[in-house]
Amino acid sequence: MGLELYLDLLSQPCRSIYIFARSNNIPFEFKHVELFKGPSNSEGAGKISLLKKVPALKDGDFTLAECTAILLYLSRKYNTPDHWYPSDIKKRAQVDEYLSWHHANIRANAPKTMWIKVLIPLFTGQPLPSEKLQEVMEGLSTSLKQFEERFLQDKAFIIGSEISLADLVAIVELMQPVGVGCDIFEDRPRLMEWRRRVEEAVGKELFFQAHEMILNIKELSNIQIDPQLKEHLAPVLMKMLK
Amino acid sequence: MGLELYLDLLSQPCRALYIFARSNNIPFEFKRVVLMKGEHRTEEFKKVNVLMKVPALRDGSFTLAESVAILLYMARKFKTPDHWYPSDLQKQARVDEYLSWQQVNIRGKASKVFLIKVLIPLLAGQPLPPEKLEGAIEELNAVLNQFEEKFLQDKPFIVGSDVSLADLIALVELMQPVASGYDLFEERPKLVAWRRRVEEAVGKQIFQEAHKEILNARNLTADKIAPELREHLKQQLLKQVN
Repeated sequence: MGLELYLDLLSQPCRSIYIFARSNNIPFEFKHVELFKGPSNSEGAGKISLLKKVPALKDGDFTLAECTAILLYLSRKYNTPDHWYPSDIKKRAQVDEYLSWHHANIRANAPKTMWIKVLIPLFTGQPLPSEKLQEVMEGLSTSLKQFEERFLQDKAFIIGSEISLADLVAIVELMQPVGVGCDIFEDRPRLMEWRRRVEEAVGKELFFQAHEMILNIKELSNIQIDPQLKEHLAPVLMKMLK
Repeated sequence: MGLELYLDLLSQPCRALYIFARSNNIPFEFKRVVLMKGEHRTEEFKKVNVLMKVPALRDGSFTLAESVAILLYMARKFKTPDHWYPSDLQKQARVDEYLSWQQVNIRGKASKVFLIKVLIPLLAGQPLPPEKLEGAIEELNAVLNQFEEKFLQDKPFIVGSDVSLADLIALVELMQPVASGYDLFEERPKLVAWRRRVEEAVGKQIFQEAHKEILNARNLTADKIAPELREHLKQQLLKQVN
């Protein structure tokens, strides 16, 4: 039994891991976890049940959660090319810095677009709260401004001339709003150029394959959501609306 | 000009850096940034970190933000003992996993208690409704349970038999609610024992020095806060706890 990766490609961190593993030809078994179908329909259901339980890695007896930890583990175990997590300590520090900042900023804002435009209406039956969306887009705008000014600047990639884990983690998150119709790349040419470079660096076909689900999010409205999950999540989502 | 660490010891991540550097005899210049006086918003400090946050590091012309990035940079540059960030693949992954998980969980929930009990009332001139604190304490206890059950378990330290960056980052965060008057260690003997071990591992005196200011936080008075900062800070913090 080799490496197993528990993923749902609707989830941003799952996509970064999927793209990283495939792009580096890391052999793994794709264990599909369908977040919206609830525990009973997922493989390895005992350990992986609700949201926040993906991504997960299983390597023999060793299990690991948290996207950053998984990406780093894979890069070390499979000796991926240096640029992903450079051995130069200053460049490495810049990747660490981005990965840390990302959590509280891009990752705090970008996912909310999906919650507000798609999931909340889907789960609670309430209509799309437009002022809330406005608020979220403003928060996201601020983060994007900081991303461009502080991290990307005039470089090809976040840490310089080559792609690293930082770019990968950033791009998958920014595709979430795109998937739900908030195209944040539209008025941001510098970001658009960077996105193109990232897609080419990982392989366009792979990039689009990883993003197929999120880019066809309308399909989600037809998904049968596990009633237990709906019951569990609806109050949490309603709280988000306040 | 050697290593400079820009810190305010009222901030949890700043304390982690201070303790780590002192404990490992890393030579550095302590550059105090008093957040309450708005010193993080000066043009001078922006040169070190344009995002206006502490902690920050300056090493010659190299600047770095984000506590995890700074800790790892120091560990690598000064070749600190292996146990801080073990070279063993799986142990290292465990540290990464904790450092990632804790941001939203321990750090998020523990900070909230401090903000609600001390900082916001200080700025607003009145306490918040009691249900706010009750809710925050409930959330904190939920993550503390996860901390004990999933991360610490029955081991002396998070990653096993030796202290690591994970324990350091965890403990400084848990001291924040303690400083606000909520003794989360009271009914958790396993955590008390772990805390004692971590304090001894870093050096009790260094630990106490690092925590002197925060443990006096309840004696802070509103006049210590720069007036122009007061309103802005109040709004920002209220958003964080809502």
